[in-house]
Amino acid sequence: MSNIIIIANVTLREAARRKILWTALFAGALLLAIFAIALRLQVAEFQSRPMSPFVRYQVESGMLMIGLYMCDLLAVVLTILTSIDTLAGEINSGTIQAIATKPISRSQLLIGKFLGFAGMIVVYVVVTFSATIAVAYSVTGVLPEHPLHGLLLITFECVVALSLTFMFGTWFSTLTNGVVVLGLQAVAFMGGWLEQVSGFSQSGHIVTLGVVSSLIMPGESLWRRAAYEMQTPLAGSLSFSPFANVSIPSNTAVIYAGAYLCVVLGVAIYHFHERDL
Amino acid sequence: MNPSADYAIETHGLRKVFGSHVAVRNLSLSVPRGEIFGFLGPNGAGKSTSIKMLLGLVHPTSGDAFVLGAPAGDVAIRRSIGFLPEDFRFYDWLTATELVQLHGRLCGMTNAKLRERVPEVIELVGLAQHHDRRVKGFSKGMLQRIGLAQAIVHEPDLIFLDEPTSGLDPMGRLMVRDILRAERDRGATVFLNSHLLSEIEVTCDHVAFIKNGEVVVTRDLSETLAEEVRVVVDALNVSQQTVAGLTRWADGIDVEAEQLRFRVRSKDVLPDIMRYLVASDVDIFGVTQERVSLEQIFVAIMGDDTSL
Repeated sequence: MSNIIIIANVTLREAARRKILWTALFAGALLLAIFAIALRLQVAEFQSRPMSPFVRYQVESGMLMIGLYMCDLLAVVLTILTSIDTLAGEINSGTIQAIATKPISRSQLLIGKFLGFAGMIVVYVVVTFSATIAVAYSVTGVLPEHPLHGLLLITFECVVALSLTFMFGTWFSTLTNGVVVLGLQAVAFMGGWLEQVSGFSQSGHIVTLGVVSSLIMPGESLWRRAAYEMQTPLAGSLSFSPFANVSIPSNTAVIYAGAYLCVVLGVAIYHFHERDL
Repeated sequence: MNPSADYAIETHGLRKVFGSHVAVRNLSLSVPRGEIFGFLGPNGAGKSTSIKMLLGLVHPTSGDAFVLGAPAGDVAIRRSIGFLPEDFRFYDWLTATELVQLHGRLCGMTNAKLRERVPEVIELVGLAQHHDRRVKGFSKGMLQRIGLAQAIVHEPDLIFLDEPTSGLDPMGRLMVRDILRAERDRGATVFLNSHLLSEIEVTCDHVAFIKNGEVVVTRDLSETLAEEVRVVVDALNVSQQTVAGLTRWADGIDVEAEQLRFRVRSKDVLPDIMRYLVASDVDIFGVTQERVSLEQIFVAIMGDDTSL
């Protein structure tokens, strides 16, 4: 156990040194600034003409969801880009040989690295998520409905993406790993939209296609569940938005994502154990 | 196969196949404890793959391998093993001290032991002045030194070194030689893979020659190099029959121009050979003895090996 902690600690420090993390933080800060300006302009617009407090609240809640969606996207991209070469790159360069010959099993090594990255992601999501909510609250006074649920689900989504970069990292080179995982993320995105569309078209085939896409990669369904948890009912009813609640992922979908994470990590551990380094 | 307590490493019929490529054909090897053991062979002979199998980095296709009495790859026994890879690399944002500490910690060293031992090994490898520098700025030779430090920091019973003097200057090579001898004197076994035959020659007790993924011969180097002699005789009238008769005492016989060359295990047989040549009507004009170098043995054993 202590060796897992040692590996997690050094991996966290390694991940924290990557330029991509600081670039993502910078991008997050920039988008947050734009978000704050947009909110201020909107508030000014509301103050210039009479408006029902109810409608105003719903619009501002919707804008908050846009900010949180931005957080989610950045966090997922950061997760994938920082972790795609932790196994693939170290296997390719031979760096892993100095560690894999120490008294630590390969499963402990992989879990330690996974926990290190997961720690970095948790910190990133908490910082950007809290900052977005703080900005929105300071400008509009609006808070999301269940922020903790949202935070946990967004973090969960990132950890699912992380498990995929680890699993494919035991097979592929860094570049191929990145292409495959980003491709799966695109499948998940497509699945989410297809399920939304199905809510209007009532096409059974589209529903099936959307569900299958979400089964292949359940990340997007976690975001849609997070959006459902955080938004007001009216904001959620906005059609064709990434946080519309036309098709709300069920508890079963969340449980499926948990099982998916366990299976993917299990396959990663098994293949990392079996392969030559 | 049961491992013997006398050997630090034992393999029997170890084989590794990558797809259709046989990297290690049939490695059978016994490395005595407490020795510096050289592992020699041309490029592509299977040395690195063999070391990786012994360390559990590569899974054998078939065969048995035991390291310090445990099956190769056993996690617990790695606490007693040190390894310097051929091209040592690690997180280059760590300082020299942090890097060695991390490896020591992974081997189960306590903080108190680390505080005592880490500065000691960093000084031993000649990096005391650079102990708080980040590894990123290190030269190839300095990386080899810090790699050696992480391999010995936990005072292992068995140390694998893959080309440890690669990138080192002559002073660095002398340092490595001294460290290896000190480790052997401490009781550790050192398994050394190096292309620098002169280093092996002055450092190792035993040496195994590997060719096409098989050990072709194992030699006690101290005896071999002390005794084996190459002889050049300036002579005329050397018949094929005489050469055939010479094989009683010598091998590596070669007749070229007006010279008869051969190798004997001991110079004690030279008077008999001279009497035989004279009795065979060979005209002798001069005799020269040359001490056989490891390089000559290597070339003689490997012959026209083309494995790459």
